[in-house]
Amino acid sequence: MARYIIRRLLYAIPIIIGVNILTGILFFYVNTPDDMARKILGEKNVTAEAIEGWKREHGYDLPFAINSGEDGVEKITQTILFQKSVPLLWFDFGTSDRENVDIKEEISRRIWPSFAVALPTFTIGILASLVFSMLVAFMRGTYLDAWGVVACVVMMSISTLFYIIGGQYFFGKLLKLFPVSGYDTGIHSLKFLILPVVIGVISSIGGGVRFYRTVFLEELGKDYVKTARAKGLSEAVVLFKHVMKNAMIPVLTNVVVSIPFLFYGSLIMESFFSIPGLGSFTINAINAQDFAIVRAMVYLGSILYIIGLVMTDISYTLVDPRIRFE
Amino acid sequence: MPIILATDFIVYLLFIGALFFVSLAIKRQGKAFDVLRRIKGNRLAALSTIALVAYGLIAFCDSVRWRDAITDEKGVVQKTEYGKTIFNPEPLSILDRVFIKKREEVEKTFSAPLADTLFVKETIELPDGPTIRDYPPLKYPGTHLLGTDKVGGDVFFAALKGIRTGVVIGAGTTVVMIPFAILFGVLAGYYGKWIDDIIQYTYTTLSSIPGVLLIVAFMLIFGTEGYQGGIVTDKDLALSIFVLNERLFWLCVIMGITSWTDLCRLIRGETLKLRELEYVQAGRAFGSSGLAIIWRHIVPNVTHLVLITMVLQFSGLVLAEAILSYIGIGVGAETGSWGNMINNARLELSREPSVWWSLAGAFVFMFCLVLPANIFADAVRDALDPKFRGK
Repeated sequence: MARYIIRRLLYAIPIIIGVNILTGILFFYVNTPDDMARKILGEKNVTAEAIEGWKREHGYDLPFAINSGEDGVEKITQTILFQKSVPLLWFDFGTSDRENVDIKEEISRRIWPSFAVALPTFTIGILASLVFSMLVAFMRGTYLDAWGVVACVVMMSISTLFYIIGGQYFFGKLLKLFPVSGYDTGIHSLKFLILPVVIGVISSIGGGVRFYRTVFLEELGKDYVKTARAKGLSEAVVLFKHVMKNAMIPVLTNVVVSIPFLFYGSLIMESFFSIPGLGSFTINAINAQDFAIVRAMVYLGSILYIIGLVMTDISYTLVDPRIRFE
Repeated sequence: MPIILATDFIVYLLFIGALFFVSLAIKRQGKAFDVLRRIKGNRLAALSTIALVAYGLIAFCDSVRWRDAITDEKGVVQKTEYGKTIFNPEPLSILDRVFIKKREEVEKTFSAPLADTLFVKETIELPDGPTIRDYPPLKYPGTHLLGTDKVGGDVFFAALKGIRTGVVIGAGTTVVMIPFAILFGVLAGYYGKWIDDIIQYTYTTLSSIPGVLLIVAFMLIFGTEGYQGGIVTDKDLALSIFVLNERLFWLCVIMGITSWTDLCRLIRGETLKLRELEYVQAGRAFGSSGLAIIWRHIVPNVTHLVLITMVLQFSGLVLAEAILSYIGIGVGAETGSWGNMINNARLELSREPSVWWSLAGAFVFMFCLVLPANIFADAVRDALDPKFRGK
């Protein structure tokens, strides 16, 4: 087991390097430091000295990948790609391009509000989807099932933006149950969190229920279910004890696949509800065209995804002992 | 003088593809016939198909455009001193021409659906002297089915213009990525070894970057320039008659780059299975070259995956466009899109009383595309995917 985990982690290293090189090429080669300087300093009336000065200040005054002016190892190390990529490996993100804020400090401050929204949305969303999907799978073939599927498709077809704008308008403005947006520290943040979490759960439930329903139905068609019924087990025991266990693999896969969507969701959620988390940090950076921050967030997101992948593979072996990667 | 945009090609391609598909279905051939039979047997799917065809036709009408020559009052075509005809800088599509009145009937600012007066009070001077504050009458009362927006444009027309953008994003992204997904998926699956390793490594790396951030990065770098709808400048025309450098097109390409990995993975898996089948082995034994086998035996047998992915991704992409426009990296501001409509109108909801019709228009039009697309996608998947067949 330990050997398997170590090997799985080693597989992740080339992918992390690949992500770094790809974003490095994209941000520092295709989009040259001169472009960046011009965007930050203003398009017009920028002198060549000002651009050079800005580049020196932010460490963009080196060649991209190979420094022919240096000798030996420094040929590689004294370059933008090396200087800006390698520190990422130990989460040293440097300072932002525009306002010189320490990105790492900003992230460690903003990660908690993000977690406070994303974690309950994610867990409650998955639990609710599982419960509802089991319910419709249990009632399969009845009107409840048919209408449940229709309701899911309808819910999936509604834009997340509609849920957010409509929810803010209905619960925040008309009913005045929750504040429309904002954030506070500690326990006071709770009243600001309820609305985004509820909306996040509602907007994810349609797709979730529909997906898990097909997973459960597929399992229900298998032979071991017939056997379980034939030996007189009740439908509930069949569903919750036998089918549930066997459906764990597709469920787990789907959970990991939706981790990047956490990112996606938090981008708009946080900016609509003015929650000072990573999502709104990223949106602000996008609008300010601050590539240092965007790159840090891309890197962080990829790490999260890779960790998720490794964790699913490990949990596969826990859920299904037959899976043993050699 | 016709203007054909890169995204127009996507719409034409979609149109030709649909015609081809229908002709196959009528000839009772292959998968197309299976899909048609499934849709015929399901009233909901049939209705959805009709709705999709209607949307497709509107998008097509909005993709055939040309510039008119400028004429004076007598109808004489204006020419430059070198005898070249002067054209109106803004190309109008068939849709624009059908709704030319809606384009031109612009009010001053907001007005409610089918209202006779503006939505905000103004100081009006009465003919006999005194001034009052009241709602001034509209220039075109009762004609705006969904009211007007902040600058007085007709919301119904704006929502109609959003159809083309929605269809182009939903279908174009997949059209752009299909060749790459098939090529890399089949190569990886058929040849295996180091080719497989490289391709697998590439798509794992790409898919581990959060899609939305990759789109953001690409759009920040490549997508800021280009034709955004509206007036065609000389710079656009200088590229060629086809204004290829178009922001909407880049958005499709970029979303394609970030979304080909799933299809590629599916095709690779299917090819791995197909490679071991008897008829492929027989082909190899008879000395067919690898490429011939791929073209004759493998590619035709993965087309159902392509079709299923295309219809399944469609609705998600339409919804994603709205979100990207909200973040500020979607299509250009001049290109009519539901995302832009929502983005511009969302602050107006907090007015007293609130302006809801712009949002409602965009959301309803979007919903009426995405819901049929979802139902249609289910029908196609049920007809083509053996796993779902007969359920």
